[in-house]
Amino acid sequence: MPELGKYAGAVLSSYAVSIALIVALVVVSVIQSRRAKAALNDVEKRSKRNG
Amino acid sequence: MGSIWEYANPRKFIATTDKLLPWVSALAVVALAGGLIWGFFFTPEDYRQGATVKIIYLHVPAALMAINAWMMMLVASLIWIVRRHHVSALAARAAAPIGATMTVIALITGAIWGQPMWGTWWEWDPRLTSFLILFLFYLGYMALWAAVEDDDTAADLTSVLCLVGSVFAILSRYAVNFWNQGLHQGASLSLDKQENVADVFYYPLLVSIAGFVLLFVALVFLRTQTEIRARRTRALLARERVS
Repeated sequence: MPELGKYAGAVLSSYAVSIALIVALVVVSVIQSRRAKAALNDVEKRSKRNG
Repeated sequence: MGSIWEYANPRKFIATTDKLLPWVSALAVVALAGGLIWGFFFTPEDYRQGATVKIIYLHVPAALMAINAWMMMLVASLIWIVRRHHVSALAARAAAPIGATMTVIALITGAIWGQPMWGTWWEWDPRLTSFLILFLFYLGYMALWAAVEDDDTAADLTSVLCLVGSVFAILSRYAVNFWNQGLHQGASLSLDKQENVADVFYYPLLVSIAGFVLLFVALVFLRTQTEIRARRTRALLARERVS
């Protein structure tokens, strides 16, 4: 761990907030992608069954 | 080699980005982790700013992406307006939450950095203010997409909003040059080498920027695929209701 001195709070909170936001964005994007794929598969199967 | 407009075909877009996505994602993780670890652990303190200089590896790439995401949305919106390719409108929609997140990161890290350096979390400085307005445009853009039911009408209206918001994206970048006042310094990166930050901070910063760019590209690919699938689902459901 580097010596951050009196600025440790500022530096660490910047990294914590930024990394948390990036991870949240990636997780939400992946979940939405999976849901959209599943929803489309369901509808396509149904429409094929119904001709 | 085929025309670039082939990728306006949703199936072609999904097939191509499916192949590219794992590579771009892996490169994004490597560059992002590399840039941030290099910058955080292996760079010295700045003689004036102390350890706060380490915030540069988040603040500058996030601010760059906040502006450039809007510029990408502008290009995609213009393609929609001129050529009516649905994939371009959906790509613009897909990029908005990424740009908004980057703007929030730039604003928060800027405030945290500003407090010990300027003695204030916030100042109605031209660059800071134009960045805040850009963030509000991102919110308005996403809200407008969500509020209009018809996809084509939503794409038309949001494209016009994107054109208007571009003024603030450009102002966010050049406010320091336009109005020589306020607390915020000039550009950290410039083609003029003399204006750049010192090499010891510059190279990890470039790696971090590359990581943010690759992350943006990977997320735009993934989220555009999601938008294409969601649009197709809505179309099939509408057909079911009619028949």
